Amino acid sequence: MVEPLIYDLGTPGRRGVAFPAPDVPLAELPSEHLRGELPLPEVGELEALRHFTRLSQLNHSILTGFYPLGSCTMKYNPAINEDTARLSGFAHAHPLQPIEMVQGSLAIMFHLQEWLKEISGLAAVSLQPAAGAQGELAGVLIIRAYHADRGDTKRNKILIPDSAHGTNPASSAMSGYHVVEIKSDARGNVDLEALKAECDDSLAGLMLTNPNTLGLFEEHVEQVIAAVHGAGGLVYGDGANLNALLGICRPGDLGFDVLHINLHKTFTTPHGGGGPGSGPVCVAKHLVDFLPGPIASIAVEPTEGEAPVYGWSMPKKSIGRLKAFHGQFGMHVRAFTYILMQGAAGLRSVSEHAVLNANYLKEKLKGVYHLPYDRTCMHEMVLEGRWADAPEVRALDIAKRLMDFGFHPPTNYFPLIVHDALMIEPTETEDKATLDAFVEAMLKIAEEAHSAPQVLHGAPHTTKFGRMDEVRAARQLVLCCDVVKI
Amino acid sequence: MTKYTGSFVPHSEAERDEMLKAAGAKSLADLFVDVPAKVRFPTLNLPEPLTEMEARGELESIAAANDSTNEVLSFLGAGAYSHYIPAGVDTILRRGEFYTAYTPYQPEISQGTLQAIFEYQSLIVALTGMDASNASHYDGATALAEAVNMSRVIHRGERPKVVLSPGLHPHYRATVHAYEQGFDTEVGGEDSDLSAGPEALIDLIDERTGIVCVAYPDFFGRIYDYSKLAEAAHARGALLAISVNPTALGLLKTPGEMGADIVTGEGQPLGIPLSFGGPYLGILATKQDYVRSLAGRLVGETVDSRGQRGYVLTLSTREQHIKRGRASSNICTNQGLMMLAATVYLSLLGKHGLRQVAESCFHKAHYAADAVGKLKGYKLKFPDTPFFHEFVLESPIPTAELNRRLLERGIIGGYDLSLDYPALKNCSLLAVTEVNSKAEIDFLAETLAEVSRG
Repeated sequence: MVEPLIYDLGTPGRRGVAFPAPDVPLAELPSEHLRGELPLPEVGELEALRHFTRLSQLNHSILTGFYPLGSCTMKYNPAINEDTARLSGFAHAHPLQPIEMVQGSLAIMFHLQEWLKEISGLAAVSLQPAAGAQGELAGVLIIRAYHADRGDTKRNKILIPDSAHGTNPASSAMSGYHVVEIKSDARGNVDLEALKAECDDSLAGLMLTNPNTLGLFEEHVEQVIAAVHGAGGLVYGDGANLNALLGICRPGDLGFDVLHINLHKTFTTPHGGGGPGSGPVCVAKHLVDFLPGPIASIAVEPTEGEAPVYGWSMPKKSIGRLKAFHGQFGMHVRAFTYILMQGAAGLRSVSEHAVLNANYLKEKLKGVYHLPYDRTCMHEMVLEGRWADAPEVRALDIAKRLMDFGFHPPTNYFPLIVHDALMIEPTETEDKATLDAFVEAMLKIAEEAHSAPQVLHGAPHTTKFGRMDEVRAARQLVLCCDVVKI
Repeated sequence: MTKYTGSFVPHSEAERDEMLKAAGAKSLADLFVDVPAKVRFPTLNLPEPLTEMEARGELESIAAANDSTNEVLSFLGAGAYSHYIPAGVDTILRRGEFYTAYTPYQPEISQGTLQAIFEYQSLIVALTGMDASNASHYDGATALAEAVNMSRVIHRGERPKVVLSPGLHPHYRATVHAYEQGFDTEVGGEDSDLSAGPEALIDLIDERTGIVCVAYPDFFGRIYDYSKLAEAAHARGALLAISVNPTALGLLKTPGEMGADIVTGEGQPLGIPLSFGGPYLGILATKQDYVRSLAGRLVGETVDSRGQRGYVLTLSTREQHIKRGRASSNICTNQGLMMLAATVYLSLLGKHGLRQVAESCFHKAHYAADAVGKLKGYKLKFPDTPFFHEFVLESPIPTAELNRRLLERGIIGGYDLSLDYPALKNCSLLAVTEVNSKAEIDFLAETLAEVSRG
């Protein structure tokens, strides 16, 4: 059942909310600056809320079902986070209020920075980046600023493994760098020889995701980092997969120089249908001065038994400001709440169980689906979604058929180095019964792929919508309702 | 032994043992042999974990350490505004089907998010007079930086000059500088005369200029018609980007009508709480000609295999996951939930409500400007330029001191403009919206009169 567009609802003159008439004398409106038509909807409150509630019911979500979307860490978003972020003292704090009035907000940011330093093993953190991709941009700009500050201007290339997220090369390009791709070896690691061949005096740095997008811990991580450092380059860690490492190992201890963290993955801030994210950037000691800012800091050291006065500081050689104000503060409150409820033992348990769940699924599925890199995995694993003896079926068909069983499909066709990749990340918050039901569905689909491939081609069958005509969407571009065009 | 509440990891011990066995591991620690032993299992120095009940208490007490705008009368704006948010907005935002979903990669089971984005894109087109809007960006500052990025793509890197009006938010200008540091971009215009109006920027535009960026209303609340600037930019082959306050567009002429090529803006006034500066909502819209250079997600209409109308992410060949190092931007997601807030807000207010809020802001700000501008020792800095809901007040004493005295009397004063504009000594930027009553404005005027006496 197709839900009408908001513009197809309502009737002229209707409104969903009334406002009081101004209690001041009216000023003269500047007639030469006024607009004509204002083509907005005219709907009632119930009508609008019913519309958006119905729309919500067309979504799969973590609260409605299993969401093993690899690399996205779709774990449970604790309900309490939604309450704490909305506490009125936080929700009504203006970002430009004097620091004395916003000590609560500053305390949240300061402590979250301290905790992320402890978890990452790095020396300083800026919470400003708005999302993971912006945290990456910050990281690469920091690398650039570090070399420039040393007068080392000939370094113009960034190395990126072929298993990396597309944001890595895009962030490097946005920073004016030339990108060189490094292939993976037979065990899914960075190919050390290929890496060493590129480690010369034009090397600015390496962007490394560890565990990588195959869900594998880099077996030669220390040699990889040593090779880059040996050539005078810096190592950037993509923290997309940090959910595997909490209390397991700290990127800073491994020698990473920069790391971004996705609060919306590892630290349970909700994905919100595609944002807001939050991508704090953490750096080692030699990069502290280059962080984006301002960052929360201690303005007045505490006297005995008192709290310090928190304020702002701008790092000395900062790459500057990456957005207005201070970052996605509402997400900082949620991540703070989460870490507060976990403590060190809880965080380690998170990663242990995320990795246990992934390995459990891997062992249950690997006989039926080809597992190209058969090693103990971390928080996710990548299977091939195709069979030589069922040539008509592709990863896409498997993904679509999973919806009929009530599951969100895994990430598919990524990483690019696995044919018909199905990238599965169960997260620690799913129980065994859910994983078993998922395994059962996957096995049933594998069987169908061989006995009744047409069932997969037509999938999904039980969802409210069938496969969409994406070609038509791109060719006959309709990006808004007609009625809004003035 | 540390106490661990374990509330979000559901495994029983029996299940854990069974799963370990299936995974071929003797213990959880066995799963991590690939991690170098000398850095494996560090001791993290973090506070002892709290239960939900304890955590809520702790967070409540931290939030209470703020004296926020719900408790203290405020005239602070400068890019973040207090507006009334109808209860229905949060009713929708708190639906788990929306807030716990991710980017709608699988359209069959994401039509809720996709249709909401399509409706958002439509609402932004309606407000701005552009042809297409993206699915949203991080905030007003980053949306402006992406407009500059778009200019580089559209001009294929051949026009390195960017003209930024000094009337753009200082944070937005700083963000453009940060985004451009890897390129040979020449940014100019920021030190132009603050009283000169937009025509002063025309002389700065030449055949090497890629884009001219202005704000509407500008950072000082002023309303300008940018039509002539648009003509001049276009005559020299440059683009015009206008950074908007969407509330003002409930009342004012659209940027489309003035000839803008790109519209950016901060969507926070559309139903999003102040929340200490974020998450907010970046508006990014453009003309038909530049749709393929637009950064970020786009949703388009199509049909499904059963002939039903539906929506999908489209034109994704622009994006990083396809184009990688050749993508125009690295942005992956949008500002999903904030986009939804704006969509519900604009739907509830509608044609009449948004106009009413915009007019109410206008009338109250003008009442306030009138009241404080005639106080002895004070004057309006730009008395001859029309303004929307913010204005610049010049005071007899430095703003830091003025605001300290106001705060002692229970008022959060305006933004201290001398921090960013040395020429605006003793000047503050005051914002008035529909939430401020006449009595509050009168109290501001009385208090300003009182504190200037020392």
